[in-house]
Amino acid sequence: MHLAYPAVLSALLFCTGLYGVLARRNAILVLMSVELMLNAVNLNLVAFDVWLSKAAEEALHSGQALTLFTIAIAAAEIGIGLAIVLAVHRNRGTADIDKLRDTAEGHETDGPDSDAPAPETAGEKAEATA
Amino acid sequence: MSLAAAAAAGLPQALGFARAGGLGQGGAPIAADPGHGFLSPTGVEIAFLLVGLVTLGAAIVTVTTRQLVHAALWLVVTLGGLAVEYLLLTAEFIAWVQVLIYVGSVVVLLLFGLMLTKAPIGRSPDADSGNRWAALTVAVASAAALVWVVVDAFRTTWIDLDGAAAGSTEVTGKALFQNWVLPFEALSVLLLAALVGAIVLSRKAKATTTDRPGARTESGTPSAKEPR
Amino acid sequence: MTTTTLAALVPLLPFLGAAAGLLLGRTAPGFVRPLAVLPTLTAFALAVLVAVRQGGGRAVDAATELTPTGSVPIELALHIDGFAALVAVLVGLVATSVQIYSTGYLRDDPRYPSYAALVSLFTSAMLLVVYSGDLMVLLVGWEIMGICSYFLVGHYWETPEARAASIKAFLVTKLGDVPFLIGLFALAVDAGSFRITTVLGAVASGGLDHPTLIALLLLAGVAGKSAQFPLHTWLPDAMAGPTPVSALIHAATMVAAGVYFIARLLPVFAASSAALLVMAVMAAVTMVGSGLAALAQDDIKRVLAYSTIGQLGYMTGALAVGDRGAAVFHLLSHGAFKALLFLAAGVIIHAAGTNSLAAMSRMSDLRARIPDAYWTMTVALLALAAIPPFSGFFSKEAVLGAAEHVATGHTQGVPGAAGWVVLVSGLLTALLTAAYAMRLWLLAFRGRGIEAPDHGKQPVAMNAVLWLLAVPSLAFGLATGLLPDWFDGRDLTPTLTTSVLGTGLALVGGLVTYGAWKHTTALAARVPLGAVAAHPEGDAAQVEAEAIASHAAAYGDVAAAPDPADPGRLLLGPLHRHAAVGFHLDVVYTALFVRPVQAGASLVRFLDREVVDTYVRGAGAVPRLLGAAVRRAQTGNVQTYVSALLAGTVILAVAALLVATGA
Repeated sequence: MHLAYPAVLSALLFCTGLYGVLARRNAILVLMSVELMLNAVNLNLVAFDVWLSKAAEEALHSGQALTLFTIAIAAAEIGIGLAIVLAVHRNRGTADIDKLRDTAEGHETDGPDSDAPAPETAGEKAEATA
Repeated sequence: MSLAAAAAAGLPQALGFARAGGLGQGGAPIAADPGHGFLSPTGVEIAFLLVGLVTLGAAIVTVTTRQLVHAALWLVVTLGGLAVEYLLLTAEFIAWVQVLIYVGSVVVLLLFGLMLTKAPIGRSPDADSGNRWAALTVAVASAAALVWVVVDAFRTTWIDLDGAAAGSTEVTGKALFQNWVLPFEALSVLLLAALVGAIVLSRKAKATTTDRPGARTESGTPSAKEPR
Repeated sequence: MTTTTLAALVPLLPFLGAAAGLLLGRTAPGFVRPLAVLPTLTAFALAVLVAVRQGGGRAVDAATELTPTGSVPIELALHIDGFAALVAVLVGLVATSVQIYSTGYLRDDPRYPSYAALVSLFTSAMLLVVYSGDLMVLLVGWEIMGICSYFLVGHYWETPEARAASIKAFLVTKLGDVPFLIGLFALAVDAGSFRITTVLGAVASGGLDHPTLIALLLLAGVAGKSAQFPLHTWLPDAMAGPTPVSALIHAATMVAAGVYFIARLLPVFAASSAALLVMAVMAAVTMVGSGLAALAQDDIKRVLAYSTIGQLGYMTGALAVGDRGAAVFHLLSHGAFKALLFLAAGVIIHAAGTNSLAAMSRMSDLRARIPDAYWTMTVALLALAAIPPFSGFFSKEAVLGAAEHVATGHTQGVPGAAGWVVLVSGLLTALLTAAYAMRLWLLAFRGRGIEAPDHGKQPVAMNAVLWLLAVPSLAFGLATGLLPDWFDGRDLTPTLTTSVLGTGLALVGGLVTYGAWKHTTALAARVPLGAVAAHPEGDAAQVEAEAIASHAAAYGDVAAAPDPADPGRLLLGPLHRHAAVGFHLDVVYTALFVRPVQAGASLVRFLDREVVDTYVRGAGAVPRLLGAAVRRAQTGNVQTYVSALLAGTVILAVAALLVATGA
């Protein structure tokens, strides 16, 4: 079999997962997309391992071993991720990613330089730093 | 679900194709023979291609559908399709692990998550954020780049699927417990850490919920969270 | 102890006293007075001992080099010849007198600790200048004196006059110090050493390449320090400081440092006849101008300040005719009687409650209130006017005699013109000196009108010092026969011609002034004038500070008073108006230097505010705008961030691929 088939399939799956991560609003759907990306990588690993185990007579089977590890880690990740999403949902009442904007600029209006200061204070600051 | 069932039904057939295709080929070097062109696909390749198309289509539906629960179900199709692809690549152990863990537990977990976050049943018009066009651009661009690179690099490389299966349980088990014992054990520590982490996160969530008077009944049944 | 050790202790003790005084002034006020007086007194005693041991014989030389400092080595060197030994005795005497006097004068001054410490530090610096055998070490003392003078002139910094005067003194002397420093470097480069002995050796063997240039550069510094024309303008204004400071710094010691410096390096100056001629002309202009200005001043201390400038002119004149013996002789006698004059003037100001002669001339019984000051001041004024047998007569005649020697062509290497210039101007100044001394005496002690205010009895410390200083003013002339052994060996006894001429002119000046006063004093009663600060409880310093502060307010000017009863006004005629303001030199300086500098300063300020700050503000504004722009990207939406991140990654990866494949 041509190596290009699994490789291309994995690339396309990966980019599909990527789209999902970037475009989905619900955090759980984002986690699903992450799973897609991880699986794309797994496919790649398996395909190359099969190729190399025959072509280069590589007996280590690193690709398959890593795939197993990835699956295990993915399972752990989905567990932790879901726990976080649930905690967020309990605290905020939502699991929508684009509503969790605590890091946005101007979130706290009484910060030291939260908004544009008055012109004269700007001049003073410029003098102070000069 | 029907598609997933079809994929599962077609599994022995696909395996048969793989065997047949594999038998048709002689021992091949790393570089593909001139005879193995894109225009003369073997049976295994055709099967791989068809299952791959189904997998990809399911994946795309997963990330685009507006019904959240459907997305999880289409994810099952995708993951099952991938298991078939593993089988076609003679990595049978991985394939069964895939079915066991992903289809069996991860998707179930995701469905639990959807339920616990009170995800709406039916079409939700705001499933995609306003970022989708940027996301589409990035995804298409990276897909083009990756496909171009991969095809350019491996268009003539041939995988020899003959002989003993590269991913049989015996082979994988030997490799895992001869060469990869230490990482394997280290992984168990990681899983333990994840377990503890998940419990801690849940407990914190419980501590905050006790502020609400209605949460007392939930906190009274801690065993409900243990399956996770 | 060896003479060298003793000599090293002389400047060191007041320095330690100053340091201890500054450290302990706040915490242990009881120690301040002993710490001020005792080190200075000990230094004076040691200076006397050094002078006795040196005895006018061979110079004591000692040097140690602490560390190599470059091409021309700088050494801690002592060079004590007869000049140094005697000048150090004078400095010690005057400094001790001033410290004792100050304990009474600034009795209740809250800033007395720092004042006393600064006076000690100043004394130490002056002694360092006197004893130092290395020009760089001398310069250190020279500059410390400058800064001490700045602080002490500004002691009454609450008054704007004192503030302005201290800055003026500092700037004007610094103006001279810059060429002075360059001159020192040039001298050291030519001679290959900063040691005075080595320099003099190089001069003797004709090793100087640019004697005129060096001499003129050094002369600029000397003119600044010794208040010679055209850099003398700071000295009259410096009278805004406390009177003891004026006595110590601006009469007896610091201003004498310049003269002393030339005396030390006279061979360098004598190597250039042009420099001697410049010095002679400078001395002549200084002498005559200051004599005229002194006649027109109303502030008693400003009269004395101009008189100091004139007497320093005598010393410079003596140096210009190549006789450093006469110059240092006049320095010594003048230091004693001028210190006495100033200290007595301090007593008068305290007693009268004013520093204005016009106001004093309208008071009766001032004499009776302060008999000690009256008698000692009379002695000192007689010495100033060079009436025999007081000390001033002998020293001034020594100067005039030296000038006559040169004028008549008896001295080698000195241009005869210099002799004539110094002789004529010296005789003219003798007339003027006697005139303003007489005017001062008459106006201060012969006033008529209301009784002087009662400021209580003067402190013993102040009166005792007056009598102590009156002794050398009276009797120092007896040393005329002994001094040549200490100096160059040239005869210092007065010659008949100049004695008769000088004394005659002085008598004429005094009598004419008396006549004029007789004529004008009738007017005094008709024009009531005067502002008196009466503080029966306050110490002298407080009275003086108020007198200085109120002078300009009462009379419209710090220097002069519109008093038709002033004999100086009659004597000077139309010249009075110009003499009162120091012949408009300050106005000229204002036009020539102050205004351009201020214009330049405002230009720089404008450039700084409008140009430099614009760049600075721009440098702040551009990042601010950028920040505002970038802030808009900070939406808090993680997906946007990741999208941007991945887009960048893809672009970079494609670019790297294209580069790697050579496309």
